Amino acid sequence: MSTQVPQEQEEAEVDAGESRPRSPHQERRLQEKASKREEGQRESEERAREGEETVEIKVFRYDPEVEAKQEPRFDTFHVPFEKGMTVLDAVMYARDHYDSSLTFRHSCRQAICGSDAFFINGRQRLGCQTQIAELDTPVRIEPLPHQEVVKDLVVDMDSFYEQMEAVEPYFQTNELPEGDLEEQRQSRENREKIKMGTRCIWCASCMSSCNIAAGDDQYLGPAPISMAYRFAMDEREGEDMKEHRLRIIEQEHGVWRCQTQFSCTNVCPKDIPITEHIQGLKREAVKKNLKFW
Amino acid sequence: MHEHDVLVVGAGGAGLRAAIAAHEEGADVAIVTKLHPVRSHTGAAEGGINAALRDGDSWEDHAYDTMKGSDYLGDAPAIETLCQDSPEETIQLERWGMPFSREEDGRVSQRPFGGLSFPRTTYAGAETGHHLLHTLYQQVVKRGIAVYDEWYVSRLAVTEDPDPEKRECHGVVAFDVQTGEVAGFRARNGVVLATGGPGQVYDHTTNAVSCTGDGPAMAYRAGVPMEDMEFIQFHPTTLPSTGVLISEGVRGEGGILYNDKGERFMFEHGYASNSGELASRDVVARAELTEVNEGRGVNDEYVHLDMRHLGEERIIDRLENILHLAGDFEGVDGLVEPMPVKPGQHYAMGGIETDENGETLVSGLYAVGECACVSVHGSNRLGGNALPELIVFGARAGRHAAGTDLGEAIIETGRTEDTEIGEVDTPVAPGAIHTDTDDEAVTDGGDPRGEGASVIPEPVEIVERAVEAENRRIEHLMEKDEGVQQAELREKLQKTMTRNVNVFRTEAGLKQALRDIREVREQYQDVYVADPSRTFNTDLQQTIEMRNLIDTAEAITLGALARDEFRGAHWRQEYQERRDEKWLKHTLLSWNDGTPELWYKPVILEGEEKTYEPKIRSY
Repeated sequence: MSTQVPQEQEEAEVDAGESRPRSPHQERRLQEKASKREEGQRESEERAREGEETVEIKVFRYDPEVEAKQEPRFDTFHVPFEKGMTVLDAVMYARDHYDSSLTFRHSCRQAICGSDAFFINGRQRLGCQTQIAELDTPVRIEPLPHQEVVKDLVVDMDSFYEQMEAVEPYFQTNELPEGDLEEQRQSRENREKIKMGTRCIWCASCMSSCNIAAGDDQYLGPAPISMAYRFAMDEREGEDMKEHRLRIIEQEHGVWRCQTQFSCTNVCPKDIPITEHIQGLKREAVKKNLKFW
Repeated sequence: MHEHDVLVVGAGGAGLRAAIAAHEEGADVAIVTKLHPVRSHTGAAEGGINAALRDGDSWEDHAYDTMKGSDYLGDAPAIETLCQDSPEETIQLERWGMPFSREEDGRVSQRPFGGLSFPRTTYAGAETGHHLLHTLYQQVVKRGIAVYDEWYVSRLAVTEDPDPEKRECHGVVAFDVQTGEVAGFRARNGVVLATGGPGQVYDHTTNAVSCTGDGPAMAYRAGVPMEDMEFIQFHPTTLPSTGVLISEGVRGEGGILYNDKGERFMFEHGYASNSGELASRDVVARAELTEVNEGRGVNDEYVHLDMRHLGEERIIDRLENILHLAGDFEGVDGLVEPMPVKPGQHYAMGGIETDENGETLVSGLYAVGECACVSVHGSNRLGGNALPELIVFGARAGRHAAGTDLGEAIIETGRTEDTEIGEVDTPVAPGAIHTDTDDEAVTDGGDPRGEGASVIPEPVEIVERAVEAENRRIEHLMEKDEGVQQAELREKLQKTMTRNVNVFRTEAGLKQALRDIREVREQYQDVYVADPSRTFNTDLQQTIEMRNLIDTAEAITLGALARDEFRGAHWRQEYQERRDEKWLKHTLLSWNDGTPELWYKPVILEGEEKTYEPKIRSY
């Protein structure tokens, strides 16, 4: 079995960029470090041969700055398997024991920080929330599709954040009750209505899964529209603000672009009914327009 | 070089609240964070926010519960400030749209929590932290506050003076994680550290991987004392395989703890005959481990937390998130079977010494949230008291850093005439190891370097010098081709801390931990970064974090070895009683000439109108 598996390169959507000039000393170092990485991979294979229960993972690799990684490829690692092991556990093990340059975002390990969304066996999932035992092996781990790859599993999130902020994702009201300790009242029913929308962890899985967002970089996209729904339906914001919000999502690249493919809803790790929210806003927008006539 | 009036380092609840407060005072604020704000660990908080909002409750009762919970190691001025400001700050969150759980009449819901005499924990399902974090970030977006996300702050820019109290902080040095660019950030008015907890010094923790004690370690090396570091909270209910937190809200709603024999041990074995599962966290954590140690644990490892009797409707309404966590991370359906739980590292009561305005002894440097110790939690934090700490002291520090006069603080920082120098018999010389290499990370701020020492450099120059020093450190780490890698050291440190500086502590264990930490510190001299790339180099970042973990772990262990008594979360086998005559005082550690120095200051028990008398703590 080869240690590095350069395959399916046509799937890799990466921009190699320009590499920085290097001194001979740096080149030598790079080579030395590369050979150390190969040692790590050999060690991982040995474990597999010695009969220890291992899981084989194939991880997408790319670094615009390191010559050996400028050409996108997959690296294979054999990670000792333990019951309850998640995909995040496996890539962390590979990084900590075989190749410390393996790069990915992660933080909370409990599906709330939203930073470790990867493309795992062809589907957007959180690494920390995905049990290895439930996957076909070898497990293929790639960066989120339709996002620019920065390095290995890390994608550029800037455009996602910009779209999220385009829907004015903050509470706005002109009417507050009097007295410093007086709260705005909200019915239980209304809280229930917006509850799922408030659960978004900004992981961008839905954006990555959406065909429309992939082809139209101005499309607001599923997560931002669901966020808009969360505020537009909040009874604590007044009617004027609701109209303002509907105008935002009704723009040319807004809700009407959605073709109800449900891919966002299918991949959402927090089970948010995003498609339903988008349809809900379409209905609200129609009602508003009827009123104007 | 970037320039702003106020720089906030870290973008969890405390950092975001501080930034909003400073912005409201008219300051030009920027947030510098190694993550993106919505990735911060505050999002993982589950339980709720204690605030005396309702008839029948009062801030005075909240303060009393907190002082008792702290085992009388909290400072009354800090605790009273927390309890007085919390209601308004909590309602402020509601006014910013935070989706709290609601009562029939539309007002925010509250529920019982451990150690509280009134059900004053305001919550949003079992995901209160997520909603608090996102609500605050939304307000930051609304105000257009500058955010440098994925910029890792690795050094403070502090003036050089042999006396830490005369040092001034003028900014920070950070590198752009995405590109590797190192840059200086000058703060005209002040730097607010809000970098969160140090949970990664342990291998079984509820804390995120990002919780590496960066703020405390940087401040410590710049001469700011660390306070009460020995007090580490172990949460009684974490999932055994991952350390994922199962909220105290489960017990608040009526969840029951059972041992392997099916006994409700909190009552049946007399750990807390009145409060049972709702005793304070330290009490419950010790009870669980005692059950396991005496052979009544499930699989000799954990106990069971049962919520089935609450009924599906109530569980879905108030604890739905818990079902997901137990299912995803432990493979257990909380509706049909009890959940396995055991204690795990959860919170650091200690941290950077501050007064109730968030200010440290280095002028221009503030600290808030878990990285700070304003001393509201003393030796044991009550559940539901961390989130009010973030918003109350975040807001105060932000305002103060922006130049607003909050009045003279009652809590004094630094050494006073009450200072008592401490001593502890350590098995090894703790602290920095001097080598032939020019290790710039040994100490920051002290040791003025000869040339022109009498001329005080301009603030911009201070930041530039810090940038140069940081560049040298990074180049040194990147240049090396071989040695040891941080992951190996991190594992070794985490293992010894979990084995020896855990819920139950012995003198021999603590001394072993200090020897192991010393060994890791020695090996760290030989650490190298294998990834040669400057693009998103997490290897480099983790290597720098590793140094912070070493300093933090050592401070925790040194404090624990010195304190030969049993107080709050700090249990010592050789000393099974609280010893007020000797230990009603705060532990402080100062980093002087590269080695820690131990000293003490008295606890302030005098409140605004009353003095809190230490009593035996029973639940």
